[in-house]
Amino acid sequence: MSQIHVTTRLNGDETEFLCDAQETLLDVLRNRLGLTGAKEGCGTGDCGACSVTVDGRLVCSCLMLGAEAVGREIETVENMADGETLHPLQRKFLEHAALQCGICTPGILVAAKSLLEQNPSPTEEEARYWLAGNLCRCTGYDKIIRAVMDAAEEMRRAS
Amino acid sequence: MKYEAPSTIDDAIALLADAQAAASVLSGGTDLLVRMRADMAAPGAIVDIKRIPALNEITETADGWRIGAAVPSAVMSEHDGLARDWPGVVEAAALIGSTQVQGRATLAGNLCNASPAADSVPAMVAASAKVEIAGPGGTRTVPVEEIPTGPGKTSLAAGEFVTAILLPKRAALSGDAYLRFIPRTEMDIAVAGCGIALSLDDTGTCQSARVALGAVGPTVILAADAASALIGTKLDDAALEALAAACSAAATPIDDKRGTAAYRKHVIGVLAKRAAKIAYARAGETA
Repeated sequence: MSQIHVTTRLNGDETEFLCDAQETLLDVLRNRLGLTGAKEGCGTGDCGACSVTVDGRLVCSCLMLGAEAVGREIETVENMADGETLHPLQRKFLEHAALQCGICTPGILVAAKSLLEQNPSPTEEEARYWLAGNLCRCTGYDKIIRAVMDAAEEMRRAS
Repeated sequence: MKYEAPSTIDDAIALLADAQAAASVLSGGTDLLVRMRADMAAPGAIVDIKRIPALNEITETADGWRIGAAVPSAVMSEHDGLARDWPGVVEAAALIGSTQVQGRATLAGNLCNASPAADSVPAMVAASAKVEIAGPGGTRTVPVEEIPTGPGKTSLAAGEFVTAILLPKRAALSGDAYLRFIPRTEMDIAVAGCGIALSLDDTGTCQSARVALGAVGPTVILAADAASALIGTKLDDAALEALAAACSAAATPIDDKRGTAAYRKHVIGVLAKRAAKIAYARAGETA
C-alpha cells in the first residue's frame, strides 16, 4: 500500500512524514516522529491522555488521522517548556504533586494550557468541566485542579 | 484503505459514488475512528469533507442559519449569533463528549451516526432543523427527523452525504432548550433527553411548540400530543403535568445498562417540564 506524504507544522517547525491512511495522528507522533509525550490510554477519545492542539484547538490525537494533519499547526506537550525552563503549569504540577504514575499528565498539561489560553481566569468549576475529558486514576483530581488554579493565578500576575 | 480529502462537494460526490471503494464520510471522526478501531467499520476509503471550505462555515442566511457539516460543536459554542438564536441546539451540541471531542464532533456526524441517544438530534428536531444532502442525484433538503431510521441506520441513499444543517430564522417571542439526564455531570451518554422549541403571543400564551424525545425509542420521537399540551397555555402546572404525561406515553424505551424502561418513561416527563420552562423563559426574553 502506498503511503501518504504529509507536510505539517509541528511545535513550530515544518515537518514531513509518511503514514498509512488508517494511522492516527497519535501513532504518527509516537511511532514515526518519536514524540512520546502524548499517550494512548483508551484509543477511543474517552481519557484525553493523547491530547494535542490542532490549529489551536484541543483534540484527542487518537481520534484524528495522521493524513488529516496536512497544512495544520500541531502542538504537543514537548513544546510546553522553553528549553530547560518549565511552563508555569508544569512547575505547579510538580509543586502540588499533581501526578503519580504520570500517564495522564501530558494530556492534562496540554488541556490545561488550552484552557488558560481561552480563559485566563477560570473558576474551579470551569476548570473541572474543561478537564472532564482527561481521566486520572491516581490523584483524585484535587491536586491537579489546585495546580491549574495556582498556575492560572501566577500567569495572570506575570502578564 | 484510501484517504481522500476533496476540496469541492462535486469531488466528494464522485469519490463516494465509487461503489467499489465502499467509502465512509469523515467529518469530526469521533464516532468513525472509534468504530474502525473496534473493527465495527472497515471502509475501503475515507472521504474527509473538512477541506471543502463551505462545509466549515456558519452563515446567517435570509431563512435562518446554515451550519456546515464539518463545523465542530466548539465553534458553534463560540458563535454569539447562533447561540443567541438557538441556545437549545448549541447547548445540546456542547453536551457531546469532552472538550477534546467538541473540538471535532459535528451536528451532521451526531445525526448520521444515528445513535438513539444522540444529544443534538432532539434539539434539532424541536428547532425544525432541516438537513441539506448532496449526492449523485443532486441536492435535497429534508427535515432532521427523517434521517435516522433506527439505531445506526439512516435514510441517506448510497453516495449521499450531509453538507449542512439548516436552522430556521428565530421568530420573535420564541425560545428553545435541551436537557438530558445522565448519572454524572459530564462525559456520559443520555439516559433520556428532551428538546423543546416554542413560541408565544404577546400575552405569554404558547402559540406553537415542538417537543422531541431522545434515548427513549429506536429513533428520536417528535411527540405531537406533548406539544398540544403546551399550546394555548401559559405553562401553568396543569399544562406541565399534561406535557409530562404525554411524553411518558409517547416514549417507547428499552431496559439497558443506562436505565430501565420504566425509569426512562418517568424521567423523560420530568426533563420535558424543566426544558419547557427554560424555553418559555427564553421566549419571553426575546420580546
